[in-house]
Amino acid sequence: MSSHVLRPLWVVIIIVILILGARFIIVPPDFGIQERGFMYGYHRKSNEDDWKAFKVKYRTRKYCKDCHPDKYEPIMSSKHRIIQCENCHGPAVDHPEDPPKLVVDKSRSLCIRCHARLRYPGTERAKIKGIDPEEHNTGMECSMCHNPHKPDMEGW
Amino acid sequence: MTEAWSYPEALWTVKDLFVYPNEYIYWSVQIVMYPLMTGLVAGAFVLSSLYHVFGLKDLKDMAKFSLVFSFALLLVAPMPLMFHLQQPLRGMEVFFTPHFTSAISAFGIVFFSYSIVVATEIWFVYRKFFVEQALALKGKEGLGNSLKQKLYALLTLGAYDISEKALQKDEKAVKILAGIGIPVACFLHGYAGFIFGSVKANALWMTPLMPVIFIMSAIVSGIALCMLTYIVIMEWKKFRIKTSRKAWDVTAAEVGGAEVDLIRKTSRYLIGFMIAAITLEILDLVFRGYTAVKSWEILRSVIYGKDFVDIFILQYTIGNLLPFIMLVLPGLTIRRTAIALVLVIFGVFMMRWNVVIGGQAFSLSFAGYMHYKLPFIPENIETYKEGFFGALTIGVMPFALFWVINKFIPSLKYHK
Amino acid sequence: MSISRRDFLISTLKIAAASALPLSAFKILSPAEARASVEASTVRWGFIVDTYKCVGCGFCVKACKLENEVPYEAPVTRTWVERYLILKDGRMVADTPLGGRDGFTSLEIQEEVVKPEDVAKAFFVPKLCNQCENPPCVQVCPVGATYQTADGVVLVDRTWCIGCGYCIMACPYGVRFFHPVYKVAEKCTFCYHRINKGMKTACVGACPFGARQIGNLKDPNDPVTKTIMTQRVAVLKDEYGTKPQVYYIGLDENVR
Repeated sequence: MSSHVLRPLWVVIIIVILILGARFIIVPPDFGIQERGFMYGYHRKSNEDDWKAFKVKYRTRKYCKDCHPDKYEPIMSSKHRIIQCENCHGPAVDHPEDPPKLVVDKSRSLCIRCHARLRYPGTERAKIKGIDPEEHNTGMECSMCHNPHKPDMEGW
Repeated sequence: MTEAWSYPEALWTVKDLFVYPNEYIYWSVQIVMYPLMTGLVAGAFVLSSLYHVFGLKDLKDMAKFSLVFSFALLLVAPMPLMFHLQQPLRGMEVFFTPHFTSAISAFGIVFFSYSIVVATEIWFVYRKFFVEQALALKGKEGLGNSLKQKLYALLTLGAYDISEKALQKDEKAVKILAGIGIPVACFLHGYAGFIFGSVKANALWMTPLMPVIFIMSAIVSGIALCMLTYIVIMEWKKFRIKTSRKAWDVTAAEVGGAEVDLIRKTSRYLIGFMIAAITLEILDLVFRGYTAVKSWEILRSVIYGKDFVDIFILQYTIGNLLPFIMLVLPGLTIRRTAIALVLVIFGVFMMRWNVVIGGQAFSLSFAGYMHYKLPFIPENIETYKEGFFGALTIGVMPFALFWVINKFIPSLKYHK
Repeated sequence: MSISRRDFLISTLKIAAASALPLSAFKILSPAEARASVEASTVRWGFIVDTYKCVGCGFCVKACKLENEVPYEAPVTRTWVERYLILKDGRMVADTPLGGRDGFTSLEIQEEVVKPEDVAKAFFVPKLCNQCENPPCVQVCPVGATYQTADGVVLVDRTWCIGCGYCIMACPYGVRFFHPVYKVAEKCTFCYHRINKGMKTACVGACPFGARQIGNLKDPNDPVTKTIMTQRVAVLKDEYGTKPQVYYIGLDENVR
C-alpha cells in the first residue's frame, strides 16, 4: 500500500534514527546499568574511577611526623594531640614540593572554634576552658601568650 | 580556591529562621512558566480535539486555530527548561540516556511523542492547502515566491494526491490522531504534575492528586488562552475592516456576530473544567488540614500566613471566583469574557506559582522559611534567565511564533 | 519507485531495530541478578555521628571544603554542623551559621542572645550525605548522572549532569546543591578518593573529638559496625523510607 498516510511516519523514523545515531556517537561506551540495577546504578562506570582519582589534600599527622619530629613529639604529649596538624597549618597536599611552605592560621577565630565559652548544659563544649572573645585581650593573637603546642602552660 | 564562583540562588532567596545551609529556591520563575506552558499546550490541543473527536460542531472554527496555536506553544514549552538548566547544552541527554525512574525523563519521551502527534495532525489538516500552494506558486517570479514554493513542496512530503479519496483518508487520520492526542496530552501534563507530586521530600507537593489537578488547570488555562487570543485577533480584524478603505469580503458586524456566538459556546466548556479544577484543589487543601500530619504545622503557617495573599486573594478570589461569576452571569459580552479570561489565566499562573514557589517557601527542617525575591532588573545572565524578563520572554514567544507560523499555515478565517 | 520505497522502509526499520538492540538502556537486570551483584560486594560504607562528642568547632566543615574543592566563601557545603538549644521554657532554637564552617563562637542564635542558664539541653549535630540505601535523589535523575556505587556511595558524574536540580528537590536532608564553579549537582562523596586508599574521610580526620567515624558495615569486626550492632543508634527522617546509612548516637527528637 503506497498510501500517503504513512509519510509522516517516515519523518518520525528518520528523526528516531538520527537520535539513535547521535546517541551512539555521544554516549560513552561504558554507560549502562551497573551493580545497583537500573533505578540506582544507571551510570558511566568510569566515573567511579574519576572520583577515586580525586586529589587528596589532607594527609593527616602521619605525613608530618617524620620530617617534623621536633614539633610532633611535644604536641603529642599535650592536650592538643587530638588536633590534626593540618587543622591549623592547612592541608599539606604535596608539601614540601607543592606548596613549599604552609601558611599557619594564627587567627583568634581559629582558637575560639573551641575556646569561645559556651557553657551549654550536657555538652562536651561546656567542659572546654573558654573565654569571651569580645572581652579577653581583644585584638591580640592568642599565640602571643599561649603556645598551641604546649597548651597547658601559660606563655612559651 | 581563587577560582571564580557564583551562587545566583543566593541572590533571590531570603532565609528566615532555621534553614539548612544548602537550601535555596532552586526552582524559580522558569519552573513556574514550564508547567504553565505545557498546560497551555495540552489545553489548547484538548480544545481542538473536542471538535475532531467528539464532533462538537460549535467548536469548528476554534479547532483549527487552537490546533496551530497549540503547536506554537509546544515549541516554546521546553524553553523554560532550557533557561533553567545549569547545563542547557546537555539537555539532549534526556533522549540519549533516559533514566525512566525519573518523571522528567519520561516527560522527555512523552513530549517527543506528543510533538509528533500534533505536527502530524496539522499535516493532515493542511495537506490540501500545502499542495495547492506548492502548485500555485510553481513557476512564479521572484525569490520570495520560489522560496515559499520550496517550503510548501517540502511540507507536502511529496504527497500530492488531493483526490476526494485521499482527502477522506486525511480526515480519518486527523480523527484518529486527535483521539490519540487527548490521552497523550493528558499524560503529558499529568507527568508535569507527577514531577511535583512524586517528590516525597516536599510536604506541599507530595499528593497523588497533583497530576489530576495539573491536568484540569491545564485544560482551563489552554481553553482560556485560545479564547482570548481568538477574541484579540477577531477584534483586530473588525478594527481593520472598519478603518480601512479597502473592500472586505465580510462586514465587521458579521465577524462580530460569529465571534460572540463561538465565545459563548466555548465558555461553557471552560466553566465545566474550572469547576473540576477548583474542586480538586479545595479537596487537597481540606484533606491536608483534616489529616494534619507532621508537616501540617509549617504548611498551615505558609498557606494561611506567609502565602495567604498569593493563594486566597490572588489565586482563588481574583483568579477563580471573580472570573467564574463573570462568566456565569447572563448576557455575556465579548469585553466581559476577555476580562474574565485574563483573570482565569492569571489564576492558573498563580496556582503554578503557589505550587512551585510555595513548595519551597518552607525549609526541610520544618523550622524555617525561604522567601523568593523575583529578580526584576537583569543584572547578569542568571537574573535575566530566572527573572521577570526571562519569564516575559517565554510568555511572548508563543505569540511571536504563532504569528510566523500563521504566515505559512493560516488558521484564522472568518465566517461567511 | 514504490518497490524501492518499500525496501527502503523495511531496511530503515531493520537498521533502527539493530541499532536499538545494543542499547544498554533497555538491558534490564533481573532483581535476582541485581541482588547477587550487590551482595557480591564486600564493602558497604557507613558512618557514625556521636552527637555527645561534638563541640561545634567546625573543623570538619573547613576540612571538607578544602579537601573537596567547594569554594570556601560559597554559602553551600557538603557537610555542616547544626546547633540546637532546647530552652527551659520548652522553646527550640537552632542555627547553622555558614554551615558551622567557622565554628560556634557566640551565644547569639537567630538574632537573640541565649544565656546558657536558660538552656535545658543543647547539642551540636553534624550532618552529611546519608548515602541512603534507597536514595531518592538517584531515583529522580532523568539522565543517569547520579548513581549508587556497589559499595553504597552516591556519586555525581560531573560530565553528564544537566543541572535540572530535581535531585536537590528530592533529597529530604538538603545535602545537595549546585557546585558554584562547575554548575552541576554536588554532594558529599564520603571522600570516595580517600576511603578507597584506606584513608578516613577529611571530616573524620579533622574531628579532634572522635564525633565522626566511617567504616565498612559488611565487616563485622569494623569498630563502626560493632557500635551500630551493640549500641542504641538512630537515623534521620526514617519516615521517608530512604534507609539512611549515617547512624547517630544520642539523637534528640528535636533534631530536624
